[in-house]
Amino acid sequence: MTPFIIASLIKIALVFAVFMTTLAYLQWIERKVLAHIQSRVGPLRVGPHGLFQPLADVFKLLTKEDLMPSQVNRFFFLLGPFLAVSLALIPIAVVPFGPHITIFGYQTDMQIADLSIGVMFILAATSVGVYGIALGAWASNNKYSLLGSLRSAAQMVSYELPLALAIAAALLLANSLSFREIVDNQGGYLFGFIPRWHVFQMPFPQIFGFVIFLISGFAETNRIPFDLPEAENELVGGYHTEYSSMKFACFFMSEYANMVTTTCVATLLFLGGWQPLFPAPYSNWVPVALFILFALLSLNFAQNPIRKGDKYSFPVITVLMVVLAVLFAVPALQPYITPLFWFCSKVGALLFTFIWVRGTLPRFRYDQLMRFAWSFLFPLAMLNMLVTALFVALFPGKGR
Amino acid sequence: MNPSLPSIPLSWYLLLSAVLFTLGVAGFLYRKNIITVFMSIELMLNAVNLSFIAFAYQWRQVEGHIYAFFVMVVAAAEAAVGLAIILTIFKNRATLQIDDVDSMKL
Amino acid sequence: MDTVLFIVFAAVAVACAVNLILQKHPISSALSLVGVMGSLAVLYLLLGAEFMAVTQIVVYAGAVMVLFVFVIMLLNTGQETGGGKSWFAQVAGLPLLLAFIALMGLLICGPLMPRLRAVQFGSWHGGTARAIGRAIFTDYLLPFEVTSVLVLIAILGAVVLARKEID
Repeated sequence: MTPFIIASLIKIALVFAVFMTTLAYLQWIERKVLAHIQSRVGPLRVGPHGLFQPLADVFKLLTKEDLMPSQVNRFFFLLGPFLAVSLALIPIAVVPFGPHITIFGYQTDMQIADLSIGVMFILAATSVGVYGIALGAWASNNKYSLLGSLRSAAQMVSYELPLALAIAAALLLANSLSFREIVDNQGGYLFGFIPRWHVFQMPFPQIFGFVIFLISGFAETNRIPFDLPEAENELVGGYHTEYSSMKFACFFMSEYANMVTTTCVATLLFLGGWQPLFPAPYSNWVPVALFILFALLSLNFAQNPIRKGDKYSFPVITVLMVVLAVLFAVPALQPYITPLFWFCSKVGALLFTFIWVRGTLPRFRYDQLMRFAWSFLFPLAMLNMLVTALFVALFPGKGR
Repeated sequence: MNPSLPSIPLSWYLLLSAVLFTLGVAGFLYRKNIITVFMSIELMLNAVNLSFIAFAYQWRQVEGHIYAFFVMVVAAAEAAVGLAIILTIFKNRATLQIDDVDSMKL
Repeated sequence: MDTVLFIVFAAVAVACAVNLILQKHPISSALSLVGVMGSLAVLYLLLGAEFMAVTQIVVYAGAVMVLFVFVIMLLNTGQETGGGKSWFAQVAGLPLLLAFIALMGLLICGPLMPRLRAVQFGSWHGGTARAIGRAIFTDYLLPFEVTSVLVLIAILGAVVLARKEID
């Protein structure tokens, strides 16, 4: 009993630290990627290559004046951001990052809690997440806030249907609600080289399901092209118009946390979690090769004469990449960090897609948004699930 | 799990269910806002669900859960229709006080 | 452990239920009801009903109560004015409620009840999604389909009722 509690506490501390750092740096990465999409350079002043920008942002948000508008319901005004951020941080507890491992003779999962109903748990946490936005916006006694929160709730409820149907179709293939079993079900390869992820898995590949999930994920996290709840040219700031300083940071953080959770769930349900892209003997060397490639690239960039002013950042990055490559080449470490590498690179690719879409697409109009959900996405998701069910019933695989 | 602590008898769950049900009835009787009255009904349904699930535990049968599941579905349907009715009442009479809605015609 | 959990969450449930009745503003009542539902979900977990616990959160807290909260926000009627209570409720309400709860207590703790089990967390795993799905789609298929028709009717009813508002 006691080792279990100690291990859980260590895992919680680790996941929390990594998750919070990810949230802070995700925002930096988003600004950088957007800047490069728009031919700018992005944050560059604080620290080498702007790397300490998140730190500066945190200090800025902490030290700003904490405004409390005069005609608000104080209790609910404070409860709103609190609920939003705490409910957004909960789902990461059931996300598995890697397989079952043994550290110093103690067997554990790379996951805080392996619930037998993990998928439902995440659905529950996200469905309750709307309270934070709704309460905060209603309590701030501002018509723009209320409009934003009404839009947000209608949008989240509408897009939850195709989201849940896409998840249900993937669950039909997995035959389980536990994330660990779902990922274990996606191990192995078709014809020896196509990974048996749910996107590719027979009898009915979940390509449509994956796309539907991603689109609904954009809407659930209030991201462009579906960021109507905070459309700044119509609603000032949407539901967080009246919020400043840490309370605003709470809403901001919850949005990014929701984004990370959505991409994690997409990775686990459709992209095989930590299952590698190539069969095992080769896949263990992919991270090594990749990091050596990165090292060479940054060495190449370091010699660019434009970067005379900054003599250190690229050589440091090169050394870092070489160290990482060496770490991934140690056979004793490989069973621990290679799955983590695959999981993180899939999540990272999806997060990049989120930012990429934000840099590329314009915003939908509100009626277009609703029509798209109800008359296109929902029937498609329904059809996808029915066809999947039919195929699963016609070709029962192992364990059904 | 921990043998040093006494475990809870199932009757406590049933008592809790009874207390919640009574509180629901009290809310139903004493409150004057239609929405609050409606929420008291939901509270009573929840209390009944708790006793269904407690009895499922007692008899080790999943049927109690199925009953509670159906209660939930019916409660959801009821909430949808009930809130639509409340919206209509508010539109027609501009009040949510239950005593003000006392005549058949406007 | 489960003793502590039961006491804590039973206390939270009762406190939230009392708060539901006492609060003057409907939105406080609605949030108290969400609190009751959340703590009941924990109690369901203690009773081995994991699927029902999550369904409770998804359906009640995530869908039904969101609907309530939004109707309250939309109408924004403010606080409830006291107003005349019916003489019957004022005179006989409290004694009747106390009598009811005493009767329930007698029934539950009295000799009519069969011997009730002591609740041990983890001693029964019957409430899994698999077990409930199997029961619903085999033994209780007809009630399930009837319920789905009922939900369809409710959707139609809500649409018809709310439609008046637009025109």
